[in-house]
Formats: sequence, structure tokens, C-alpha cells
Amino acid sequence: MYVYDEYDRKILNDRVKQFRDQTQRYLAGELSEEEFLPLRLQNGLYVQRLAPMFRICVPYGMLRSEQLRRLARITRDYDKGYAHFTTRQNIQLNWPKLEEVPDILAELAEVEMHANQTSGNCIRNTTTDQFAGVNADEVVDPRPYCEIIRQWSTYHPEFAFLPRKFKIAVNAAPGSDRAAIQVHDIGLEIVRNDLGELGFRVYAGGGLGRTPMVGPVIREFLPELDLLTYLEAMVRVYNRYGRRDNKFKARIKILVKALTPEVYAEKVEAEWAHIKGSPTRLTPEAIERVKAYFNEPNYQTLDDEPAELVEPRNGSRPFANWLKRNVKPHKKAGYAVVTLTLKETGVPPGDVYDWQLEKIADLADEFSFSEIRVTHEQNVVLADVRQKDLYRLWEMLKTAGFATPNLGLLTDIICCPGGDYCALANAKSIPVAEAIQRRFDDLDYLYDLGDIDLNISGCMNACGHHHVGNIGVLGVDKKGEEYYQVSLGGSSQRDATIGQILGPSFARDQMADVIDKIVKLYVETRTAEERFIDTFRRIGIQPFKERVYEPAH
Amino acid sequence: MSRLIKVDGLAADHWTRLEKPVDGKTVEVPEGNVIVPLSVWLAQRDRLEARDDIGVWFDSDEEPEALGIDCRRFPVIAVNFPKFTDGRGYSIGRLLRERYGFRHELRAVGDVLLDQLFYMKRCGFDAFVLREDKDINKAAKCLEFFSEAYQAAVDQTAPLFRRRERTVTEEAGEVAFA
Repeated sequence: MYVYDEYDRKILNDRVKQFRDQTQRYLAGELSEEEFLPLRLQNGLYVQRLAPMFRICVPYGMLRSEQLRRLARITRDYDKGYAHFTTRQNIQLNWPKLEEVPDILAELAEVEMHANQTSGNCIRNTTTDQFAGVNADEVVDPRPYCEIIRQWSTYHPEFAFLPRKFKIAVNAAPGSDRAAIQVHDIGLEIVRNDLGELGFRVYAGGGLGRTPMVGPVIREFLPELDLLTYLEAMVRVYNRYGRRDNKFKARIKILVKALTPEVYAEKVEAEWAHIKGSPTRLTPEAIERVKAYFNEPNYQTLDDEPAELVEPRNGSRPFANWLKRNVKPHKKAGYAVVTLTLKETGVPPGDVYDWQLEKIADLADEFSFSEIRVTHEQNVVLADVRQKDLYRLWEMLKTAGFATPNLGLLTDIICCPGGDYCALANAKSIPVAEAIQRRFDDLDYLYDLGDIDLNISGCMNACGHHHVGNIGVLGVDKKGEEYYQVSLGGSSQRDATIGQILGPSFARDQMADVIDKIVKLYVETRTAEERFIDTFRRIGIQPFKERVYEPAH
Repeated sequence: MSRLIKVDGLAADHWTRLEKPVDGKTVEVPEGNVIVPLSVWLAQRDRLEARDDIGVWFDSDEEPEALGIDCRRFPVIAVNFPKFTDGRGYSIGRLLRERYGFRHELRAVGDVLLDQLFYMKRCGFDAFVLREDKDINKAAKCLEFFSEAYQAAVDQTAPLFRRRERTVTEEAGEVAFA
């Protein structure tokens, strides 16, 4: 994992001082609300319904155990003893005091953490596959490129006041897309060309929100060293020509659509022609330097399927279930990738207590080279667990509440904080998630249903990624009442698709029934081995409409 | 009192800025040092070309391509930030400096506040007309908020990754970047 050098530390310490100065000037009345707004947003600070909300950056989802321990301490000293994993691999505090945020930043900086650009109309945290580096199906490890993008985008002087927020995601796995790159402002897919050279397939103009779009390919192959100059050209064209008159039409997806992808690409190429040879062009040495931080940890030579795994698996069905759902293969023999699920019924998806953060840190130290990854599905990953340790780890996870074996199942819900916390929300999302989790509490049934992504957002801003859920739920306001619109058929995978709206919205207490009807129709209609999304694609939305809206008898 | 700040401190302002003409009207460009709207320069170029006391200003939706390398003739170019959240001026600044080789005074005007000065400086601005209500004595500090930067820009043409490389190579006893 990347470790700061003197330059990184100096820049971050300057930032802490700068934000302290800005906060003081705001509190002294020298900065108006309006003037302070983008400054605090670029430091992750929202003013919310009940208190400020503070979003701490977890660059491309990677954390060390010492950082988790510091976060735990911060939640105790400055908040109410818990934190929330977001859908962008970040961490949020829900109750900090504005005047204490500079102190929190100073505490974070000591462990090389920050809240840089976690909000605001700037380039946000670059995200990637949570299984990066341990996935056998991977062209190369995408994390060094994410780190290179992190450095380039941090306090970029030209792009601090873009028309709107700007999100970049990187994927390097040919067979999957856990980073959902096609619904990002820029999606980068690491590929090799016919000559075996490394580069990127570049997508632009994808996104969720009010106008969901799957991003088109802007360039089939961008050579590796040209990454930053090309990004600079792409963002510059957006900065100059993206709409600024209407916040709802300001994302790059609107520009790409208005110009057409071809014309946008031409403008980018024309801009790039001027700067492709500039000093911003990467060098092999610069890439090697960053790559060195992501070298493989000290793996042991081990065999797959050791007796310590096989015996308990044969003896314990719950353990076998957990292995099936929450444990994925590792590129190294004898290792496994373990997802800790934070989706226990009754706990808001993604919420963790301080003691749980410390527990995860301990587990990471003991089982996984002291590293942790945060996923955009709001779970946590220990990426380098020895297979012979899995049973022992599972026992410990059960005690801590991280072993709910529902990864990828209907109850592994992605859910934004919603109207319980967020000032933007039209409706609460957490109680809907809970009602659905309570209704579907039979694990055998859930396993039988198999992979279903259920995503809930409390408003159009789509933090819960409802558009790309196989089942999506969107909170809407109907004359002051909270209602929920359901969409079906979305996917954030390689076959990225925006879901179709089912029909008129529902009251909150109807939601568990509605999901039940949808799921039952799927069970009745599916062919053997057909996933929910495949059944939907085969039969379309009409049968679901008929079932859900048929008059009660 | 002048609200003009240069990178090395407060400065007297010897220029007046002419507002954009109301649609279709021709404006009279006064004598003396005057910064005219880009559109006025383009319309009255024949008349103004002989003068050496003319500067131009760009609004945030105007394009440096309209002048190209011809920008080099002006002793001063101003870029208007109609709202401090309008970030187009940063791109205009870099293009004038890096693409079209403008070497003289580049000033930020309009909604120019303290916390944006550092980024403006990095994008090539070396003069700033601070908004009336902002404390001009705090400008120097705000211009120097950061002592290092990751990216190449006008003030630092080598991105940090190239400078790091150099340090590493020098430590190894080799000479890099002749």
C-alpha cells in the first residue's frame, strides 16, 4: 500500500493549516456561508439535517490497521462512537462539530489520511476494484494507477471549480467490473493492445443521478504513459464547455451527450495534441516508483484446500455457506479473499461502531498483512487470508457481527444514509432496507434466490446507486409524503444497464410486500440456474408490472 | 486605494478596465492605459493596434483561441471571474501562458477572493484585483498556502513525479534531466 514521503506529508500538513485558517475566518465572519461552502465541501464537510457530516477519504478503498484504529478513536473523541462506510469507498462521521473539524484533520494527517475532495465540484476519490491485486483475473494491479491519479488530481489548480463533481474509476479485470466504470464521469479500463502494450480503454460521460447514462468509449487504446495528459485534456474540455447555468445539467454526461461522444472525443484529441508531450507525460520510472508500494506482500508457499479448511467445511453447514458467499478465490495458492459483511439486519447498511473498527484492525493484523479494503457495496475486505485460517477467522467474525453470509444476496443492500441523516433526501432509506431484511430472513430462501443487487437511494442524487440495482428503490416526495419508486433490471457490471421504472410509487409499509411479489414472480418464472437479472432480461418488465399492480383479491 | 496585488506584494494600479458595451453599441476607447473587452479589441483592432497602452480582458466564456499568439503584444491581459465558483478562468490562464506564450501581466478580476489566489497563481496569474470586502493584508499568506504541489502548472513546470525521480536518481549518484 502507498506510504507517504516527505512531499506528501508536507502537502497534507499545509492543507490542514489551510483549512484551520479557513474555518477560523468563517467563524470570525470573514467568509460568508456561500464562500465557505466550496471550501468545506472540498474538505468533505457537509452541513446536514442534524449536524455536519464529515466524509473522510479512503483512497481507492485501501486502509491500514493503524488508520482504522485512529478512525475508531476519532469517532469516540469527536463523534458518537460510530462511523458509516459510504458507497464510494469512503467513511463518514455523522455528528462532528464544525469547529473541531480542523483538529480531526490534524489527527487524520498523522496517519496519512484526509478528507480531500470527498465532496464539491472537483475531482473526487478515484475508485477501483476491491479485489485489486489479489484477483487472478486482472491485467495488472490497478492501484498504482489510482495512486498516480490521486496525486495528479489532489489540489489540481485548474480543476478545483468544475461545473460539477467529477468521478473517475479504474478497472483491470477483463471478466468483471466491480468498479462500475461505465457509470462514472471517466471510466478507465486497463487493457493490453495487440502488441502486448499496456494502456487504457477510456469511457466518458457515464453517471447516475437525475439523468442516468452508461458512458460511451471515447478512446479504444490510450498508451500507459499518456494517462495524465489525456485526463488533463478530458477534464479541461469539460471545465471549459460543461454547462454552468443549470446544476442538473452540469455533469460531463450532459456535455458528452449534447456534443455526441464523437465530437467530445475530437475536442479531447485536439486539446491533447497540444499537451501530450508536456512534462505531465508519465515516465516509466515514475510508474515504477509507485508500483513498488504495491508489490506483493510476503506470501507463504501454501497449497489450496488444506485440511484445516476442508474438515470444518464438511462438518459445518453455516461455515460452508459463509465460504460460498463471502469468500472468493485468491491468485495465490493457499490464500483466500474474505468479505466482512456490514449488513446485519437492524443495523443501517455500512454503519460500524468504534469497537468494530478496532476489531477489524486486529483481524487485519492477525490475518491479512494489516491491510483492509472498503467496498462500494459498503462492506470490508480482508484480501490475503490463509485458507487454513478461515475457520478460525469465521468464528471471530461471527462474534463481531461480520459473518452474515449474505454477500451479493437480496439482503446485502446498498443504501444511502437517506432522510434519517441527509438534508438532500426526499425519503428515509434505512427503514426500507431494514423492513426488507426482516421479511427475507430465511437464509436458505436467500441462497435459493441467488445473486440479486438491491440498491436504495433516498433521492435523485443516487448515492445508493438505485439505477444500477437489479432491483432499485428511489425515495420520492409526493405532496410531502415519502414514497418509493421501484426500478428493475439495472446492472453496474460489465453489462452495465440502467433499470426501468416499474410504475407508480409505493408507501413505505408496502415495500417489503412489493419486493416479495417481484421475487416470487422471478422464482416461478426462472429457468434452472437463471439469475434474477437474466430472467428479467428474458421476460421484460411487463409481467412484473402485472404482478405487482394486480388488484388484491 | 488600489486593490491590486502582485505576487510580490501590494501594487499601484495604472490601468482602468472598460466594461463590455451594451449589445451592438460601439464604445469609445478612452486615452491612457485601458483594458478593453476582448470583443472591443476584435471590433476596433484597426484603430487600437497602434497604441501601446491597450490591454484586453476575457470573460469566462471567451476563448483564448480568439487571440492565439497575438496575445503576446499586450502589456496586460485580465480574466474575469464572474463568480468565484466559475473555474473557466483557470483554464484560460494556463492556455494564455502555456499555449500562447503570454509573458506580461496576467490579472484576475471580478469575484476574486482570498482562498482562490493560490490556484490562480499556479495557473499563471501574477496580479489580482481583490474583491472590495476582502482583507488585502491576508493575500500574501493565501498566495503561499502550499509549499509543494503534485501537478505541473505555470509556476512549476515539472510535476512532482519528475522531481522525485530526479532526487532518487541524484541520490544514486547519477545525473538526470540535463
